[in-house]
Amino acid sequence: MEIFGRPLPALLSQLLLGLVNGSFYAILSLGLAVIFGLLNVINFAHGALYMMGAIFAWMGLTYFGLNYWVMLIVAPLLVGVFGVLIERLLLRHLYKLDHLYGLLLTFGLTLLIEGFFRSFYGVSGLPYSVPEQLAGATNLGFMVLPNYRAWVVVASLIVCFGTWYVIERTKLGALLRAGTENPKLTEAFGVNVPLMVTFTYGFGVALAAFAGVLAAPILQVQPLMGSNLIIVVFAVVVIGGMGSIMGSILTGLGLGVIEGFTRVFYPEASATVVFVIMAIVLLLRPAGLFGKEK
Amino acid sequence: MKLNKICAALAACGLAFGMTAASAQKLSDDKIVIGFVTDMSSLYSDIDGPGGVEAIRMAIADMQKEFPGKKIELVTADHQNKADIASAKVREWIDQGGADVIIGGTNSSTALASAKIAAEKKRPYIQVGAASSRLTNEDCTPYTVHYAYDTIALANGTGTAVVKSGGKSWFFLTADYAFGHSLEKDTGDVVKAAGGTVVGAVRHPLSASDFSSFLLQAQNSKAQILGLANAGGDTINSIKAANEFGVTKNMKLAGLLMFINDIHSLGLPTTQGMYLTDGWYWNQSPESRAWARKFFDKMKRMPSMLQAGDYSAVTQYLTAVKAAGTDDADAVMAQLKKQKINDMFAKGGYIRADGRMIHEMYLMQVKTPAESKEPWDYFKVVQAIPGEQAYQSLANSKCSLVTKK
Repeated sequence: MEIFGRPLPALLSQLLLGLVNGSFYAILSLGLAVIFGLLNVINFAHGALYMMGAIFAWMGLTYFGLNYWVMLIVAPLLVGVFGVLIERLLLRHLYKLDHLYGLLLTFGLTLLIEGFFRSFYGVSGLPYSVPEQLAGATNLGFMVLPNYRAWVVVASLIVCFGTWYVIERTKLGALLRAGTENPKLTEAFGVNVPLMVTFTYGFGVALAAFAGVLAAPILQVQPLMGSNLIIVVFAVVVIGGMGSIMGSILTGLGLGVIEGFTRVFYPEASATVVFVIMAIVLLLRPAGLFGKEK
Repeated sequence: MKLNKICAALAACGLAFGMTAASAQKLSDDKIVIGFVTDMSSLYSDIDGPGGVEAIRMAIADMQKEFPGKKIELVTADHQNKADIASAKVREWIDQGGADVIIGGTNSSTALASAKIAAEKKRPYIQVGAASSRLTNEDCTPYTVHYAYDTIALANGTGTAVVKSGGKSWFFLTADYAFGHSLEKDTGDVVKAAGGTVVGAVRHPLSASDFSSFLLQAQNSKAQILGLANAGGDTINSIKAANEFGVTKNMKLAGLLMFINDIHSLGLPTTQGMYLTDGWYWNQSPESRAWARKFFDKMKRMPSMLQAGDYSAVTQYLTAVKAAGTDDADAVMAQLKKQKINDMFAKGGYIRADGRMIHEMYLMQVKTPAESKEPWDYFKVVQAIPGEQAYQSLANSKCSLVTKK
């Protein structure tokens, strides 16, 4: 059976691979959406923090003998703490100003963080292999899927929908959303909004670090790995609608799949297809697919 | 009193004579200024970059004794892989900084732009880091020397060897820009000439985020060899994914442009058995080993072919200045094209009329983890390819300096 001249198994396998890549987009854009939703900060440092997650995974293994599973928890925690510091010491002072200042600050932070790691480790990358438990591949009939890639999809779906559940369905989430809508009134009810903001930022960047650790075994671990990805992730957030939690998850997965199909039909365009879609969406629905018009 | 004065005058004269004898070279501004422009901070900075600067400093330190009382200056810049920055720097150094020679670093587009400026200003331009064979073909100039390697030599080395060892059918994974296209084309030509076939190619964008889709397409082609016509991070990510998806079980990988740094970052378990072509390997001779250890002490990593090439290029340039007795560009270029190059980088190397430095290239195979005895002990030299075979012959050259009209 063929669709548009391509055999069905080939398309199925691309669908699956698209989901794998989409998982990364989903976690990263989710973090950005959470941060933008509550802080109104366009966190350009997201890519650099994702890279920190991956490099911490490598450092843990190399210097302290901590394996992948330990670092999957520890690296996001460390980066989360780092995020809390950034928010407390720097970002805090910019909330009253235009979005642009937050963007410039986080862009500057990106350059600093990347430069710092580059001066130690260079750019050609650090070796990190797939954890033993997930080595090998499973034959699905239409393709051979490495077990690790399957794990990436599962792990990111759990994290993404867990986050969505907490924000949309629990009391804590309700407070967070209230803090976004009207911080003054929420504070009047005795909620410590500044603290909530701090931890939200910490959580958002911890998500980035989690994606970084997930990526370490399959991508080149190097200081510039975040810059290559962050632009696409911003496009995903814009398409999904700035600040929309579910929007960023679904758009992330969907765009991963579209990109995967583009790689079969016209590989040269696979890097641009996301931006073409972004342009179309912005023309037709300026607030994004899932965004609310304000 | 009078006697004293005469004595002093004589002494001064003698001193002056002595000084003229010591400084037989006629140097512009009484010093030699070397300009080095390369990628210092992004994707190509490990294979050249700050390590290349250190290599040049080592060359200057070793050659300083040949120029007593004269200053040899080095100026460097980061071109950020942008051709306009590279050419602006080169122009500034020559016009205002009195640069006598430009050493060119990585990235072919910056190299082609800088070579034009150097030729216009009549200064030697020794290009080490960039691969494009256009530098000594369509875009050759009387002042360009292409020193370490080029795309044709890479294609000849790996392409021929792999076809000979039974890899007849090829599929290419190609970076979708000028460099990738020319590497794919040059290698495809070599493969066909050796009796192999090219069954297809897939072009990926530069710095692609994920290679698994492309690799599945390669796998479905049923070719024996997967030729990687890309570089740096793209090559590394392709190899990682190829291992993960089991592509390496039924296809052999051939990295068409790989440096020792790439192997170091991937580790031997993932790369063992791969073929690649290189112009120099730190463990190839006693001289290269001795120099590499000195480099290692400073940089904490072994030098790549480019860094060794930077050292050699500067050494040869300074040797030519000494022999010519001047840093005048035309005299030095004539001397460079006359002298034999015998140092830790090349044996019996020479610079042809089109500017191509001809020297032995090596087909390497990556060792297995068991074969490797120490860190950075990564390659087995499978075959030394004589320079005349590795590089394009003058008969096929498109360089206007050598083609007969």
